[in-house]
Amino acid sequence: MRYQYFPGCSLKSSGRSYEESLLAVLRALEVPVEEIDDWNCCGATAYMAVDEVQAFALAARNLALAENAPGGANGKPAQILAPCAACYLVLLKTQRYLAEHADLKQKVTAGLQAIHLSYEGRVQVRHPLDVLVNDVGTDRIARRVTQPLKGMKVACYYGCQVVRPFAAFDTVHNPTTMDRLVTALGATPVDWPLKTRCCGGTLNGTIPEVGLRLNRILLNEAKRRKADAIVTVCPLCQFNLECYQGEMRRKFHDDLGLPVMYLTQMIGQAFGLSDTALGLQRMFVPPARVPAVQEGGKAAHA
Amino acid sequence: MPDATPTNGTPRIGFYVCHCGTNIAGTVDVKAVADYVATLNGVVVSREYKYMCSDPGQELIQQDIREQKLNRIVVASCSPLLHEHTFRHATEQGGLNPFFFQMVNIRENVSWVHTDQAAATQKAKDLTRAAIRRVFSHKALEPKRVPINAAVLVVGGGIAGIHAALTLANAGKHVYLVEREPTIGGHMAMFDKTFPTLDCAACILTPKMSAVKSHPNITLWTYSEVAGVDGYVGNYKVKVKRKPRYIKEDLCVGCMECVTACIYKDARFPDEFNVGLSKRKPVYIPFPQATPQVVLFDPETCLQLKKGKCKQTCIEACDRECIDFTQTEEFKDIEVGTIILATGFQPFDPAKTPYYGYGRYPNVYTALEVERLVNASGPTGGEVVLRDGSHPKAVGIIHCVGSRDEKTNRWCSRVCCMYSLKLAHLVKEHTGAEVYNFYIDMRTPGKGYEEFYDKLLKEGVHFIRGRVAEVTDWAMTPQEEGKLVVRVEDTLIGSVRRVPLDMVILAQGLEPRADAQDVRRMFNISCATEGFFLERHPKLAPVNTFTDGVFIAGACQGPRDIPDTVAQAGAAAAEALALIDAGHMELEPNTAYIREEDCSGCKSCVPLCPYKAISFLEDKKKAWINEALCKGCGTCVAACPSGSIVQNLFEDEQIFNEIDGLLSELAQV
Repeated sequence: MRYQYFPGCSLKSSGRSYEESLLAVLRALEVPVEEIDDWNCCGATAYMAVDEVQAFALAARNLALAENAPGGANGKPAQILAPCAACYLVLLKTQRYLAEHADLKQKVTAGLQAIHLSYEGRVQVRHPLDVLVNDVGTDRIARRVTQPLKGMKVACYYGCQVVRPFAAFDTVHNPTTMDRLVTALGATPVDWPLKTRCCGGTLNGTIPEVGLRLNRILLNEAKRRKADAIVTVCPLCQFNLECYQGEMRRKFHDDLGLPVMYLTQMIGQAFGLSDTALGLQRMFVPPARVPAVQEGGKAAHA
Repeated sequence: MPDATPTNGTPRIGFYVCHCGTNIAGTVDVKAVADYVATLNGVVVSREYKYMCSDPGQELIQQDIREQKLNRIVVASCSPLLHEHTFRHATEQGGLNPFFFQMVNIRENVSWVHTDQAAATQKAKDLTRAAIRRVFSHKALEPKRVPINAAVLVVGGGIAGIHAALTLANAGKHVYLVEREPTIGGHMAMFDKTFPTLDCAACILTPKMSAVKSHPNITLWTYSEVAGVDGYVGNYKVKVKRKPRYIKEDLCVGCMECVTACIYKDARFPDEFNVGLSKRKPVYIPFPQATPQVVLFDPETCLQLKKGKCKQTCIEACDRECIDFTQTEEFKDIEVGTIILATGFQPFDPAKTPYYGYGRYPNVYTALEVERLVNASGPTGGEVVLRDGSHPKAVGIIHCVGSRDEKTNRWCSRVCCMYSLKLAHLVKEHTGAEVYNFYIDMRTPGKGYEEFYDKLLKEGVHFIRGRVAEVTDWAMTPQEEGKLVVRVEDTLIGSVRRVPLDMVILAQGLEPRADAQDVRRMFNISCATEGFFLERHPKLAPVNTFTDGVFIAGACQGPRDIPDTVAQAGAAAAEALALIDAGHMELEPNTAYIREEDCSGCKSCVPLCPYKAISFLEDKKKAWINEALCKGCGTCVAACPSGSIVQNLFEDEQIFNEIDGLLSELAQV
């Protein structure tokens, strides 16, 4: 069965390394994916605030495309793979709202019919965390590891959208799927209470003093707990936490230098994939390495 | 035979519609209803009156019966649950058999649930027309009289059960007190002090526990559960399961030699009485004042019971030869007339509020744990210490954990504000720490309660008004390093605060017990939506249930404190005594009987009866209903293929008349 891959805008632009590393890792795990043909913007959170019905219709078009895509579902419902946390939430929310509100479903169905599409609600919206833990399994991932991330301490950061409000595959208050995955890679997850605390979202663009403060809380706490890196599954979280570290140094004299990596980049490293395959050359803060891998095979702390 | 019951000649019906102040008259045009009913066949008198349940209202019925020679009475007013008895009595006082009366509920079923006056008035007329037609086929019936067995079963040995049992026993009635745990005492035995007087819970409870044990009128069965209930008011047959303690209870004197001699030299299993804060051995007595003062063996941890292999040093140590590893479950059958359920509550499980860190941060405690910590006989001898043995310098108490919360339980648990104040006082007294209360509203309605709150304010305890968002351990400042941080919106100063603390106490709310549904089914009573046992009337029958002879007391009916629990236990005992001393009870004659000439002997009805009231007469090849056991549920009536079962008050003709009456004018529309 092939997953219907919905990249969304981020994975084609600022979050390119997320796409590169995700596809590389899935290839290494022999998980077949195909990009949905002619997908469109999910609408993000912004469009919902402008016009709900149109926003739902916009997102529903992607659900309809995935549901009707050819490609061997073998009687199982089509699976739409949405790596961006915002896309994932919007698609999931759209699906739930259409299932619960007949009047909305009617309007959206009419809109889809106008472009010769149909949507019945059979498609399943999946996040890579969900697929990696529940479909692939941590055992299979651990077996594929060639460069165990031994000695690396990782702060798993889930962000606000992956488990809230729906918590489709993990717990709301203390999610653990990412922690289990990095454990399978040989790394040690840092126990910290900020796994789902707000990263600032779009506030860095609108009210930067608030946004920056929220970014700093996460970075400083991860640093305080001796994390070698923060690992995330959301392009906006990754951007917020990585790209403002320079500004924090200028404004607050924070000495952070904390790598903020996509989970799939971390997995790819453990699988022994090349830096360019994982988009690591695009990072602002150099990626965290296993001590043995650093400096040409010599242990960094030796 | 019931078939020969007089039908009282040609119907002369008196009809009365009640205003119930404006409760009914505010929505239903009562005059229009009375005028309409006056035109119906058989109606001799049709009146409206402000309060039919008042003495003059009842007198009106009696007078009309005498002067107008009425032989049927219909009243349109409130629910039969409230006043059917009143009007039946008035009918009887007027000289008629009370079952020639019929009630129409136009308050709960009409005025309270509708706003459109014209439609409501029409519905009132329709329902009344059905009742008028129904009483044509009413018959005189005689209520059943059943004797009341004087023995009482009390289920649950907390303060409610203890108080009810002692009250009844002191009145000379025999009481069976059944308690699930190895000792009586319930939650109250675990508390340190009681609010607002700060008298020691054990000091006031243990004398009552001893009194239960030594009372000649009380049979105390601890470590036991009710396994089955059969019968009906006055005549309940109850099966009690006694779990094996592996100790001959009548021989053991609680010397604890066996505990000392146990092959486990150290206590290593979580002690239930100290909510896991200390350890016990596989053989133990729950606490020093446990009643009965008898040890028990825990089959989950005792090597002999678990693996069948142990040196049995305990047996050598017991010179009274009390230990018996061959004991098994034992069942006792008893007969009682009344039952008091006092099964209590369970504390809210804070695992359901993970954002408060219970189970994640070791120094987050439940209130019940802190009750044990501050108790002189508790795991630390009354010293309030953290898990690492250090003394807290700042302690926070979070109110409403699992109360007043859409995500967990919506109700106010009533006792938490007061016990939080008590714990604040005790913790401050024991440690000198700064104590913070995080509350939504302070609810202190009780004798001396507000004064106690005032005392705490003067003691310098801090009060922050706001629901706590989370308990966490991420530090924003050096002062917060290594502390628990409570994040809360202080709604009185209008800002979000971070309060660093060493210890956090969760004031857990009160919940129905996990098996409340099983218990209610066994005793054939109801639960309210949130799961607490449902009283017959929230104001006027607070300890009665909808099952005659079964009463409820204490926190199984809803969260309440000790004074209210004791008052309710006394009330339940008084209700039981009232039945016992009356000697008998009149039951609704709505029982079913079999018309033998029509019964084909197919036995379909026999297994269907939930009350085992139907037997099969082999000599006649007919079914037979024991009317003393029949509860009038109607299951057999509906199931009988030959239509040979008749139920008093619900005869086919009566039901069909009612339907005809309801539909007669609707059909013309």
